[in-house]
Amino acid sequence: MPDIVLRKMITTLEEVFHEGGPVAETPLKRAATIAVINNPFAGRFDPDIAGFMETLKPLGLQMAQKLIDVLGGPDNVQGYGKGALVGEAGELEHGALWHVPGGYAMRELLSDSRAIVPSTKKVCGVGARLDVPITHINASYVRSHFDAIEVGCNDAPRAREIALVLVMSTGARVHARVGGLAAQDIIGEDGLR
Amino acid sequence: MNIRKIVVTIEETMREMGRDITPPTRKAVATAVIENPFAGSYTEDLTPLMDIGAELGTELGRRCVEALGIAPAQAQSYGKSAMVGTNGELEHAAAILHPKLGAPLRAEVEKGAALVPSSKKMGSPGQVLDVPLGHKDAAYVRSHFDAIEVQIHDAPRANEIMVAVAVTDSGRPLPRVGGLTHADVVGKDGLR
Repeated sequence: MPDIVLRKMITTLEEVFHEGGPVAETPLKRAATIAVINNPFAGRFDPDIAGFMETLKPLGLQMAQKLIDVLGGPDNVQGYGKGALVGEAGELEHGALWHVPGGYAMRELLSDSRAIVPSTKKVCGVGARLDVPITHINASYVRSHFDAIEVGCNDAPRAREIALVLVMSTGARVHARVGGLAAQDIIGEDGLR
Repeated sequence: MNIRKIVVTIEETMREMGRDITPPTRKAVATAVIENPFAGSYTEDLTPLMDIGAELGTELGRRCVEALGIAPAQAQSYGKSAMVGTNGELEHAAAILHPKLGAPLRAEVEKGAALVPSSKKMGSPGQVLDVPLGHKDAAYVRSHFDAIEVQIHDAPRANEIMVAVAVTDSGRPLPRVGGLTHADVVGKDGLR
């Protein structure tokens, strides 16, 4: 399998103090990190791509650690998500290579992270935006934590690139009030409730 | 000042046109989304917005330097921009950016002899704002003319203003169009 060729990394931290309602005691933080890499399979159909998932694992861990650092440590992280933007010479399946190394990197570094990592991906042009879904790390049904963060980069992904994305958040939507399973009521066994 | 959110982004470029960039070039941009106290009607005296500009010069400049993880003196270029929501007025952006924002920003990056390049516009949520960059001590340093985009999906709402400050510790990844270089800066008149 080819090596990773990294062109750029972008990390964004968003702090939300309020959204027209009461100012939050602790601001909600949402962070995203993007790694823009060469797509080694661009421009052709290659039946044998799965080995690249192993190659991507260290990058996944590096990105997950960066998010944890930006958010002030693993104990602050309550939500996560992942995504990929595949340049136009690539294929949706190339973005799917990110499911395992991206998801398991975050779950390896975060304790009590039984929930599936929500994800999204697409083939697109340079500058495309991706709405990366976020759910609670330990129980997918926690309604207050359903969220998303928009990411993108003006000069990526070029045709023969993939932009890999991980996101984390520190809590509920800033004025969450539509009921459902609450974070303090999680059973924490099946990753759902 | 009523801040709804602050977004800080750091961009590192490791490769460009097939070449390694060592060390990577790095740009940070910090953006505050604030309530526009003068949305919806004409107000003659914009002093409160000028004071907000001073506060944001410190706050956003500090966040950029922190995100870069550098000493203030290691900052090499800077820029500032504002996008005013559709119930505001371009002059509101000018009031934040021009009278008072520069001095506290310069304190955060040490020195800053050069004019802080700027841009402003009216816009709606999700629009792109291009923040110009120029060398902080000598505006003619050609390798450091650059820009960075900011875009926040839910800002600026009609009664808001988005205010961005960008700081770098480097110029473009592969500069080769000549002109004054970072190494040759005198740094007295803000130009050379």
